[in-house]
Amino acid sequence: MKYKTQKIALAYFVTAMALFAVQVSLGLIMGWIYVDGNFLTEILPFNVARMLHTNSLVVWLLTGFFGAAYYLVPEESEQEIHSVKLAYLQLAILIIGTAGVVLTYTFNLFEGNFLLGKEGREFLEQPRWVKVGIVVAALIFLYNISMTVLKGKKTAITNILILGLWLIALLFLFAFYNPENLALDKQYWWFVIHLWVEGTWELVMASILAFLMMKLTGVDREIVEKWLYVIVATALFSGILGTGHHYFFIGMPGYWLWIGSIFSTFEVVPFFGMMAFAFVMVWKGRRDHPNKAALLWSLGCATLAFFGAGVWGFLHTLHGVNYYTHGTQITAAHGHLAFFGAYVALNLAIITYAMPQLLGRDPYNQVLNMASFWLMSSGMVFMTVTLTLAGTVQTHLQRVNGEGFMDVQDQLWIFFVMRFGSGVAVVLGALLFLYAVLRPRKEIVSPGPIERDRLKSDPDHIAAE
Amino acid sequence: MTDNAQTTTEPPFWENLPGDLMMWVMIVSELLIFGAGLAVFLFLRLMDPAGFAEAQTYLHRTGAGIGTVVLVTSGWLAAVAAHSTDRIWRCRALLAGATLLGAVFMGIKGQEWADLFAQGISFETHVFFTFSFMLTGFHAAHVIAGMLLLAFVAIRPNPRSVEVGAAFWHMVDLVWILVFPVVYLL
Repeated sequence: MKYKTQKIALAYFVTAMALFAVQVSLGLIMGWIYVDGNFLTEILPFNVARMLHTNSLVVWLLTGFFGAAYYLVPEESEQEIHSVKLAYLQLAILIIGTAGVVLTYTFNLFEGNFLLGKEGREFLEQPRWVKVGIVVAALIFLYNISMTVLKGKKTAITNILILGLWLIALLFLFAFYNPENLALDKQYWWFVIHLWVEGTWELVMASILAFLMMKLTGVDREIVEKWLYVIVATALFSGILGTGHHYFFIGMPGYWLWIGSIFSTFEVVPFFGMMAFAFVMVWKGRRDHPNKAALLWSLGCATLAFFGAGVWGFLHTLHGVNYYTHGTQITAAHGHLAFFGAYVALNLAIITYAMPQLLGRDPYNQVLNMASFWLMSSGMVFMTVTLTLAGTVQTHLQRVNGEGFMDVQDQLWIFFVMRFGSGVAVVLGALLFLYAVLRPRKEIVSPGPIERDRLKSDPDHIAAE
Repeated sequence: MTDNAQTTTEPPFWENLPGDLMMWVMIVSELLIFGAGLAVFLFLRLMDPAGFAEAQTYLHRTGAGIGTVVLVTSGWLAAVAAHSTDRIWRCRALLAGATLLGAVFMGIKGQEWADLFAQGISFETHVFFTFSFMLTGFHAAHVIAGMLLLAFVAIRPNPRSVEVGAAFWHMVDLVWILVFPVVYLL
């Protein structure tokens, strides 16, 4: 750790990981609700559980991004963070807001209240006071980070990162507008969630990935930056009008069918670019970084993002296909692998990279961390496959044969049982990850003679730097 | 770290591109999108050749033909401008000419659209019009963007920036040369 204010990232990463644990636990509970529809109906209704599962995901990923920014901006701009106090104040606001949201949803407090009650719209249902809190926290963050960068060196990585983070905050403002008309409501909330995950978050992802590849492979900054610019250009080019693929069959004008299909088809390009980038950088690499687990997560992130977001996204993005698959388990399959590959794995990669340095120790427990990668990833891939099969059967029974929704759900039980099993693997993998990253100071699986020798003799093969 | 010791001797391919790598990324992306749009258009025409042929008669073919000549001439002016950056005022005049012809093209386009709208034809009238409005509309948006870009590089023309502007402008030409026969003539 070169700058002492990088330490701020530790609090953010720990918060993010705690929420990650909450998120996957709720996922597991919901996985069982799909098998037994009456499980916990009185205490935790399905819609509340689902809201908590998706919202905690978004919140922990954003918290991780904030942490990543606090970690990498000082190193990139060669400047301490502008204000440490503000950074912790921001985190406190986010934690209070998150706790407020969870309590409000779970107990349905202040129903109907303009300021305190939930808004009842999918994904943007946070009570208004929380939304205001999010904006305040975002403003503090942007002020803090922008001031730091303005004082220091400006690199392509920080420029893209900050552009992404500013746009994330600006797009969130659409969450305050809640039109009566349901189609318009959807139009605006896709401005938030689509332009986040298929636009601005990709900027954040590409810049964090570029930072990781530069550190882990030692490739020249100039080359990394060229890739970064190309990836970001293709992401924005395809992603912005790609929003149209959410406007199929929800009451929006018909031309969106074509604009959405054509532009979103090209959304696969930046994800393929990121995968190619990661592997080419390793191929051209000129250093043997000891944190192999961080490299594995980085490569895994780029690969699974390509499959989850790129391939599984394309699977149902053409409106001719989407006419049948809209809102089936195919969507759930895509959602799971895309979020896991692109953003969960990215956060876990930067956490794996940064934690040894934040805690001031060698990158211990590489093997456990890598095992957690394989456990989580294979669980998630298996889940994606079972949900894809469930979605295919569902599409046929429900959309082609015209059977009722609940009758079809009943017939999908075998897939839901298998999905629950894969969910168990993911949760175990997550727990193993937390243990490997947080558990201090000793190697659980000791290295063999080659690795020991390398650590001793190769000056470039340093442990925590 | 020995950063410079192992740097490869051969310059990477993007060093040899005229203008800027990012403009070429943009151009390739645009060509892919318009190419996909035209391919889908042609595919849909196979399903309903009679409907497409009838709908096509409402478009202004002559106007579009004149527009093609205007746009290609404008592209030529931009190309000459890219070779005249050593004489700033000549370069600016050429870029202004190119921009002006872009405006003429937009005028022709606007007149056609006004006529179509006056006849009550819109996006939803027929899938032919969905596509003809979409393709020519996106193209028109690029003409406007190109005019702004040419005006921008004319402020302080240097070989690189004029090359970048001209490359974009040629892409706009090229797309029109593909859109014109497919939408208006075939």
